[in-house]
Amino acid sequence: MSAPSYNFAYLDEQTKRMIRRAILKAIAVPGYQVPFASREMPMPYGWGTGGVQITASIIGPKDVLKVIDQGSDDTTNAVSIRAFFAKVASVAVTTRTREADIIQTRHRIPETPLAEGQIIVFQVPIPEPLRFLEPRETETRLMHALEDYGPMHIKLYEDIARHGHIATTYAYPVRVAGRYLMDPSPTPKFDNPKMHISPALQLFGAGREKRIYAIPPNTEVVSLDFEDHPFEVQRFDRTCALCGAAGVYLDEVLTDDKGARMFVCSDTDHCECRQAAPRLAEGA
Amino acid sequence: MTPRNTPLLVAQGVTKYYGERLACRDVSFAIHPGEVIAVVGESGSGKTTLLALLSQRLKLSAGSVSYRQNGDLRDLDGLTEAERRRLQRTDWGFVHQDPREGLRMNVSAGANVGERLMATGWRHYGRIRNAAREWLTRVEIDETRIDDAPLSFSGGMRQRLQMAKNLVTHPRLVFMDEPTGGLDVSVQARLLDLIRALVADLGLAAIIVTHDLAVARLLSHRILVMKNGEVIEAGLTDRVLDDPREAYTQLLVSSVLAA
Amino acid sequence: MYVAVKGGEKAIAAAHEQLSRARRGDRAFAELELAQIREQLALAVARVMSEASLYDAELAALAIKQSRGDLIEAIFLARAYRTTLPRFGESLPIATERMTIKRRISACFKDMPGGQVLGPTFDYTHRLLGEMGKAADEENVASKPGVPASCKMPGVAHLESLASDATASCPRVAKLLGNEALIEEPPSPSHARPGDITREPLGFPAERDVRLQSLARGDEGFLLGLAYSTQRGFGRTHPFAGEIRFGNVEVEFEAPELGFSVPLGEIEVTECDMVNQFRGSANAPPQFTRGYGLVFGQSERKAMSMALVDRALRARELGEEITAPAQDEEFVLSHSDNVQATGFVEHLKLPHYVDFQAELFLLRQLRREWEERHAAVTATQQPSREAAE
Repeated sequence: MSAPSYNFAYLDEQTKRMIRRAILKAIAVPGYQVPFASREMPMPYGWGTGGVQITASIIGPKDVLKVIDQGSDDTTNAVSIRAFFAKVASVAVTTRTREADIIQTRHRIPETPLAEGQIIVFQVPIPEPLRFLEPRETETRLMHALEDYGPMHIKLYEDIARHGHIATTYAYPVRVAGRYLMDPSPTPKFDNPKMHISPALQLFGAGREKRIYAIPPNTEVVSLDFEDHPFEVQRFDRTCALCGAAGVYLDEVLTDDKGARMFVCSDTDHCECRQAAPRLAEGA
Repeated sequence: MTPRNTPLLVAQGVTKYYGERLACRDVSFAIHPGEVIAVVGESGSGKTTLLALLSQRLKLSAGSVSYRQNGDLRDLDGLTEAERRRLQRTDWGFVHQDPREGLRMNVSAGANVGERLMATGWRHYGRIRNAAREWLTRVEIDETRIDDAPLSFSGGMRQRLQMAKNLVTHPRLVFMDEPTGGLDVSVQARLLDLIRALVADLGLAAIIVTHDLAVARLLSHRILVMKNGEVIEAGLTDRVLDDPREAYTQLLVSSVLAA
Repeated sequence: MYVAVKGGEKAIAAAHEQLSRARRGDRAFAELELAQIREQLALAVARVMSEASLYDAELAALAIKQSRGDLIEAIFLARAYRTTLPRFGESLPIATERMTIKRRISACFKDMPGGQVLGPTFDYTHRLLGEMGKAADEENVASKPGVPASCKMPGVAHLESLASDATASCPRVAKLLGNEALIEEPPSPSHARPGDITREPLGFPAERDVRLQSLARGDEGFLLGLAYSTQRGFGRTHPFAGEIRFGNVEVEFEAPELGFSVPLGEIEVTECDMVNQFRGSANAPPQFTRGYGLVFGQSERKAMSMALVDRALRARELGEEITAPAQDEEFVLSHSDNVQATGFVEHLKLPHYVDFQAELFLLRQLRREWEERHAAVTATQQPSREAAE
């Protein structure tokens, strides 16, 4: 048996066209979840099949691709997906945020601000922000259609009643362009403000749940809150132990079994750039 | 303000078939602002089905239900889904026999009461909480229980919480399905007193389904007696209970008296 | 044509003969050897050992061969054999913290003492058919002399230096969290004898020992579906894969007459510690709670599903509202055993001629009555309905 051969970027051209149509519709209706005929991909559901299908459908031979997971270019899933595209699309890959045309990500938005012309592709496990209030798809679609978003505030209310503040830390729900309630994927809420009026195109793919949604460039993205309990992001009272960066998202690393730990940049590219040329990065 | 002599809700020939079984047949009546109507009958007589039809939780097989909004009486069949939901969560209330159907059991009492407010656009936590506190007090639930989930409440408390949850938006019409069913006698009495006081204070119109004639006597101005899906007798509560005309009503009344 | 006749014995014997032929397949190809199954279909062997609750790779391989690769049938065969074995005692609890690690990962921390050891896994492969099965490559790899290259992820610079210390051990991730009381204590070792579902019938409510036993031998697919349902909102448990480790542990036996323990040998196990977000309840403070999974051989899917379902089933103990199938212990435990399930589902193939005949008779009668009634109703109702309109 000879090994099968595959098209450029793995998917056949008809599938890519189908996905591009879904993407265009998603861009036209910001924050709305467009159902699409998600394909079986050579990686398991839940590992980024939605993001991979979007990237495969929009990537061209001249594009430069960056893939991150948890902000890092060197985590297993990021390495695997980057290698996949290097193999099936022979595209140039990079770890530098500024050099990338397409950035596929899981759980983070890079610290380096995105620019016009860039596309960031999010891998989404559960696209439906109302899912944990209402498990049934028929009902959540109706809630979106009717803008019936009151129940979402119940959850935030409960957080404040119990903890004195909103205790949702990631996958923090947003309203896009004043209309659709949207799950920003499990990024920490630290990254929510980066989505607001971003010059880059933001695409979201959920393979298992068969949904694509989008935030066009320069679109209003508002995190839900109460007037007297406004949305706030996490603040770290320390800097990165490796590059000294402040105001960035930090990972906690355990250093022994006695409770010792250190905090380092989650965005490895940002951290490495700063370590290589601290003064340059400081000025940027 | 709607004048008291114009009806709030009008039912005309309300009929429901389940397949070929007739569950409710040709029911017509009107309810006015501030009026309380009790629908009585044995279980299986169609009274709960009638309530579901009136409150737009079930689709009618024939007939119509109209409701007065902004001065006009409007056939509810023409409502969009969005309008129907808005009506159900603002101008109407629905108190279920089993409070678990009307409450979010694992969400705090405060959030249960605040839900309708948030659904209608309230976005100030402090104000929502104050409203919740006020309503808990009004239904005689200690406001220190505001952050407890109804899972930890007794049956009577759950039912009172359900009242608060419904009344927070100041509805004009409340549907109640056996509101005191499944409660101990002493708990029932307290709840009945509370319902009577709230209905009077707020000038609510209410349609109460009950198999308990004592409940009907205490709360309602008028009574509809149902049997086999049809209203067989209707009239002022005192008249129907003291001087029942239909043989079946006489039987109902005498069996209560005998007990 | 299908005619029920007596003397079906002949037919049954012939069916068995056909099974033997079918099992063997085309004799132009060599017959499978048990060692081939054991070595090259190791994950199938692991599943059979787990769900049969019998750690014996050779027997599991035999069961797989005999069942033509039908793993539930193989589990059935191995269980049927297991029940015939005499029991001469109970081993000491295995010490998985002293496991010889082949793979160990945590999704909670990028790096921690002991590091992330990737080990043999499909996780980072691309599922491109034919791409990774290149025989030549595997021959090359297999015949490579010396120790295989390290599959430990590069950690943070400071840690690399620490890892080279003599103390470079692999403490449990949950234990690292435990230092801050952020995670519930593991249940304290109890001297109460754990239940044994192979000796005593399952009763409800079931305690955690019995639940875990049931889950450990429960059907992988069923548990996977239940675990998945909790992730999709039907009994959500907010899980993080605290730690998954796979490797060898020693089994020790303490014979009463000796007074000390004797090693019996090593077994391969996969252990999963799920760390679940928990906001606290009347009975418990806010802290991470845990779900636990342990299976024979390498099966991360099963160990993780087990851990998710274990945590979901703790709803009662933690004061959570029980709303979803995965939280309902009676539902889960009564339906997780695939030997029981396949038996009952497939028993529908057995003759039910007698019952069916009775139903046929009844149905004919009901239809006759319905038609009579319907005819009567339409005759009387037609005019009155028209009048109403």
